[in-house]
Amino acid sequence: MFTRILKASLVTLLAASLAVGLAQRVEIEFWHGLNPPGGTLLEDFAAEFNASQDLYTINASFKGGYVDTMNASIAAWRAGNAPHIVQMFEVGTAVFVYSGAVKPVYELFEQTGVPFDPEVYLGAVRGYYSLPDGRMMSMPFNSSTAVMFVNNDALARAGLDPATTPLETWEQVRAAAQQVVNTGAAPCGFSFAWPTWTQFEQFSAIHDLPYATRANGFEGLDAELLINSPLHVRHVQTLMDMQAEGSFTYAGRGTAGDAVFPSGDCAIIHGSSGLRGRVVNEADFDWSILPLPYYADAIDAPINSVIGGASFWVMTAPGRTDAEYRGVAEFFNFLGQVEIVERWHVETGFLPIVFGVYEKLLAEGYYEANPGTDVGYLQLARTAPTENSMGFRLGNMPEIRTIIEEEIEMAWAGQQSAQQALDNAVERGNVVLRAFERANR
Amino acid sequence: MRRRTIYRHKLLPYLLLAPQLAITLIFFYWPSAQAVYQSLLIQDAFGLRTQFVWFENFQVIFSTPRYLESVRITVLFSTSVTLLAMGPALLLAVMADQVIRGATGYRTLLVWPYAIAPAVAAVLWLFIFHPSIGQIGQGLRALGIPWDYRINGNQALFLVIFVSAWKQVSYNFLFFLAGLQSIPKTIVEAAAIDGASQARRFWQVVFPLLSPTTFFLLVVNIIYSFFDTFGVIHALTEGGPGRATTTLMYRVFRDGYVNLDLGSSSAQSVILMTAVILLTVIQFRYIERRVHY
Repeated sequence: MFTRILKASLVTLLAASLAVGLAQRVEIEFWHGLNPPGGTLLEDFAAEFNASQDLYTINASFKGGYVDTMNASIAAWRAGNAPHIVQMFEVGTAVFVYSGAVKPVYELFEQTGVPFDPEVYLGAVRGYYSLPDGRMMSMPFNSSTAVMFVNNDALARAGLDPATTPLETWEQVRAAAQQVVNTGAAPCGFSFAWPTWTQFEQFSAIHDLPYATRANGFEGLDAELLINSPLHVRHVQTLMDMQAEGSFTYAGRGTAGDAVFPSGDCAIIHGSSGLRGRVVNEADFDWSILPLPYYADAIDAPINSVIGGASFWVMTAPGRTDAEYRGVAEFFNFLGQVEIVERWHVETGFLPIVFGVYEKLLAEGYYEANPGTDVGYLQLARTAPTENSMGFRLGNMPEIRTIIEEEIEMAWAGQQSAQQALDNAVERGNVVLRAFERANR
Repeated sequence: MRRRTIYRHKLLPYLLLAPQLAITLIFFYWPSAQAVYQSLLIQDAFGLRTQFVWFENFQVIFSTPRYLESVRITVLFSTSVTLLAMGPALLLAVMADQVIRGATGYRTLLVWPYAIAPAVAAVLWLFIFHPSIGQIGQGLRALGIPWDYRINGNQALFLVIFVSAWKQVSYNFLFFLAGLQSIPKTIVEAAAIDGASQARRFWQVVFPLLSPTTFFLLVVNIIYSFFDTFGVIHALTEGGPGRATTTLMYRVFRDGYVNLDLGSSSAQSVILMTAVILLTVIQFRYIERRVHY
């Protein structure tokens, strides 16, 4: 009995390998940096693509976080065996745009003749990953934006009716956070995750403030930072004042600020729209999601926010064939389908970045049943992006983010004023930009 | 008559040494040489555009006040970690040496932390010292101490020193204990018969006899605090707040791995390597003279 099973399985195995050998499927390496559940779903998409046709096989593999994936792909490219596709966080865009190690997406589709329409992507998404003339450099995939999470129970405990308390401007948010802390409704009134992304990048975009010269760097490597403008300084000062009065508690860099909301510690936070899933799972209180606040005397109505997240880059390597590039293009088209984008949005909380998905789900009543899931999208899509809200094309942006965080942390600690912190950040950030310009000229 | 060699073939000793030499050459000398070469270049991340700039990277590093700030932090960090890791270890070893019942149990428990990965150790202490979810953190705040290592640089530095030292105590303990057990009991007993008090027996008999172990551990701990504490810092503070816990090693990581500035990162590695070599040479030349083998 046992030998028979063994024999049968051997025959099957042989047949299977023969079939693979006969069909000559083109193997395509795809490195990504997403943890489960997002990463798992992404790998499912790759498997579904493989099953949907018999010419290409996408081998999706997780290479650690974004920074690890980036370094792995750079090292592999230097060694001449880069993966065909690599997922790269949005702030690494400039590094790849200027690298000369990638095949731009517009070129990929032109060369392979696979039809592709970049116009199906939202302006704020497409713009981030395109050259100023509109040629798309990388394939948008997982995009989020920053939104405001509000603990309605904490507000109610503080004597504020969540349904009627306006939280549209910074003055209103500050007053609410102050009341929450004063009444002891929560130990922390206001905080945020991703300090530079939520308080500088998003802040500049919605206030239509330039972040750097040369259209935030889109028009050239010689851009210089502009984040020490009066409104930026005023904002850091506001946060310092809020810290002094007890209504703002700094939670740390990166995702460190995520935890303080679902735990109930902080009544109001700014975080990624992708945080919603965790809040659904962990928060045992009533909450809601609102757009980011603005300074009412600085802009009448805030404009669109910018994205975060990652996109897919096509890397070159010696001996790469047209068939391989064609497979990449087909896979990209597969991922851009409305059904795939819809599943990605609904299951992971990332934004519906293709036109039509939001409208479809709205008609089906999805947003009514899942309140708050549409806030990020509406904020991102509320206006056409301007030069200041298209995104950023600054070299070594992760380093600039760290510099800003270092300098504002020293302001929170009372070691320097808001103006000094931002002047220092601009000065040091410009050194980084000049170094990048020199290394990539 | 002295026999110079026991091998017939002249080749055999080299052959036997070859694997070790190959490993040293491939995994130490070659990367080191690469780092030295890279430190003289300005290059984009993908290595497509390379400029040879001689010592410009070094010049930039030494003219950056933040680098000198990192040097200061590293000196403070390394000295504290080394002292804090060796002092308690010696105390524990002396006490464990006197334990007769259940000695293995104590020893096992004391050695345990060494088996924990740096990042795990960091997260463990984060859960204890975190100002809002950590028990000691909450306790300190309840006592009215404004404990928040996410904003207060001194507290952050204390925390990474504490966790780094805690991880290394086990290792030191093990060596101190072995050192103590190799000291002949007769010598200590002779001193006792001569009327030396316990403290005197320790400082004038045991401690000098322990000096080879102490010296070895001093070198190892300084190297540990320079190079192996990255995981703890990365998991706890990421070099912040501000730059309060950015040691030289952490700077090398951030400039090279995150910021993709390979030239500056290599130059910093070369400086760090030189510093540790110099430090070790000084230790062997000046401190080893006081060591009694």
